[in-house]
Amino acid sequence: MFELNKSQKQIQKAVRSFAKGEFEKELVLELDRTGEYPFEIHAKAAELGFIGIHYPESYSGGGLGFVEQVLLAEELCAADSSFGITLTMAGYGAECILRFGSDEQKEAYIPGISEGRTLSGAAFTEPGNGYDITKLSCVAVQKNGNYKISGKKAGVVNGLNAGFYIVLCQTDLFAQPFTSGSSLFIVEADSEGLIVETSGERLSLNMMSMANIHFDNVEVPASNLIGELGKGYDYVQKFLAESRLLAAAQALGVARGAYERAMFHIKNREQFNRPIGMFQAVRHKIADMATNIALARLVTYDAAETFDKGVGDAAKASIAKMASCKAAMAVTDEAVQLLGGYGYMREYEVEHFYRDAKMLEIRDGNQYLHKDIIADAEIGKLKAKK
Amino acid sequence: MNILNYTDEHQAFRKRLREFIATQVVPNAKQWETDHFVPREVWRKMGEGGFLCTGVSKEYGGMGGDFVYSSIVCEEMASSMQTGLAPTLHSDVVVPYITEYGSEAQKKKYLPRCVSGEIITAIAMTEPDAGSDLTSMRTTAVEQGDHVIISGSKTFISCGIHCDLAVVAARNPEIDDPYMGMSLYLLEADTPGFEKGKKLDKMGWNSQDTAELFFNNCKIPIENRLGDKGMGFLMLMGKLQQERLCCSMGAVYGAEMCVNGLMDYCKRTTDASDKPLSKFQAIQFALVEMATEVKLGRTFLDKLIADHMEGLDVKVETSMAKYWTTEMANRVLGKSLEIMGEFGTYENNPLVQGWRDMRVTSIFAGTNEIMKYIISKLMRL
Repeated sequence: MFELNKSQKQIQKAVRSFAKGEFEKELVLELDRTGEYPFEIHAKAAELGFIGIHYPESYSGGGLGFVEQVLLAEELCAADSSFGITLTMAGYGAECILRFGSDEQKEAYIPGISEGRTLSGAAFTEPGNGYDITKLSCVAVQKNGNYKISGKKAGVVNGLNAGFYIVLCQTDLFAQPFTSGSSLFIVEADSEGLIVETSGERLSLNMMSMANIHFDNVEVPASNLIGELGKGYDYVQKFLAESRLLAAAQALGVARGAYERAMFHIKNREQFNRPIGMFQAVRHKIADMATNIALARLVTYDAAETFDKGVGDAAKASIAKMASCKAAMAVTDEAVQLLGGYGYMREYEVEHFYRDAKMLEIRDGNQYLHKDIIADAEIGKLKAKK
Repeated sequence: MNILNYTDEHQAFRKRLREFIATQVVPNAKQWETDHFVPREVWRKMGEGGFLCTGVSKEYGGMGGDFVYSSIVCEEMASSMQTGLAPTLHSDVVVPYITEYGSEAQKKKYLPRCVSGEIITAIAMTEPDAGSDLTSMRTTAVEQGDHVIISGSKTFISCGIHCDLAVVAARNPEIDDPYMGMSLYLLEADTPGFEKGKKLDKMGWNSQDTAELFFNNCKIPIENRLGDKGMGFLMLMGKLQQERLCCSMGAVYGAEMCVNGLMDYCKRTTDASDKPLSKFQAIQFALVEMATEVKLGRTFLDKLIADHMEGLDVKVETSMAKYWTTEMANRVLGKSLEIMGEFGTYENNPLVQGWRDMRVTSIFAGTNEIMKYIISKLMRL
């Protein structure tokens, strides 16, 4: 079904050899501790065209599609879960400009991402509201042709290191439904009135910063409005579908990476005078892991293809995200188990693959959120009897 | 009806311990987790409070308490948010080797200080190449006249850095049969040639000083052999029932705490439209499932504690409990983080540490695969 073409296979090969040369085991652990961004590796990845592979060539992108982005994310994450996830999120949110922004905005912000000169962050969710962005308290008010933004955002990816943010604000407080009154803005990180602080240490992926941002009357020109006024919520939903497709690909890679390491272990670890890979219980664990990976790959590649054909939708992305993350959790958990005591040690990589899988499972919507999206699409609206 | 009979003395003990943990442990736990170490004084304080080795008889300085005291210590410690101060490991896993197999002289020499917290113990079984398969152990013990020479290395040893006294499993190189050739020795930490290796960096148990241990021709007196020569394997097997029970206690108590915390969180956390998470049917069902699993675990565990106290052979059941309760606890913790959403990814959420800490329980003290292997043997499958 998914016969990769020659150039896609070349991408896989190139990414693999890049990761092999650049991803150091000790560095992952160190950055996870210090919370520093892997700027050097990021710059090299950008140089090789691995950042924004799905952006148009006119904006220094690779001019390729979702399938290629998925392949890239899978390979990077298989090589190392933390580096892989972090690098493929370098331009998080920038797709909003690419899909809905003006040519001037694309010109001004997209090449910086693809050339590795800057990072972007998406500021959608707010403190205390979880994933729910239907009721925003962050507002943007028009004044003298500019917008003044006030409010708080939570869990902004790349928050401490981004050059600009994509910010979802309420521009009409009386809109019915309320979501039809929200709009998207580009806010540069050095704008006055921006207070950025880390959202705190996380269970993994600390090299990719997350921040809480306080907008204290931050003024942005009207030209920083993305697309149309009142369309913010819709744009974000469309963006999130793409971002969930990416999460599915990351999870697929994380699962594969843990699987490969577990495979090495069971072939080489000897107990009871034989490689533990000779025991049926161990062999069947491997079989389950392989099955999980096969399912994750199918659902992810399939979703990517539909997005490339322009018929991708939120439910498709949610199915891929949920299924692939579930697979990654199961596979990394089993990898830790197969490595036994070593699996629990930071020095052995499956330990952080497991934590990163947990992060992926929770981030960008947990299973409950995705089930709501999928069920809405499958069942449609039903009415209760009065 | 409670399966376990808690007397007034038990309840008073629990109250004192809870107070101790709240004032001496919890306020420092975060620092210890960051330091990857707990101060030795806290072990001493715990001993002074009478919370260590509650099962050791009065003549050796203990209180001669029943196993309910041990379960209380384990249960209360579950709320301490640290793993470096590990009374259950010391009191109920390692020290029982001395109380059960030790000579009168060994008991007199070591037990009072184990009770007081002056001596912290460790058990050194696992080696880099001998995990699940104890018979591939390479550490050797050569008995020569009035002394023994121990050589080899051990890994993943809990309290490895703190330990003053280690129960070391080693084999007689002259005997090929790995079962017959194994003996246990009490090795004091100041023995020349004994070296504590690096502290191991782990997913969780950060305040726990898990370490490698090295024995470079350590010469110890023959009197420090525990029990008879060649009986090591049998002695290890004999103590595993209680060890597995301890693992299940940790898992069930931890899972119980987690579900209680999660229920509370879901009741007081609302979505943007002010609806508490606990009012969503999917969350309700998930919480009900988790609470059910925890109750099943608790009931099984309490029954096994009662059986164990009666002196019954429940090797099969404790092995079942070890694998099932640790898997259950990991399931519960994992699901809790997911339900909590974004907050489930931050280290300031105690359940996140709980999730990292719990993961090892299905690996240590014999992996769950080894549990199933043992059970299948005992069931003559």
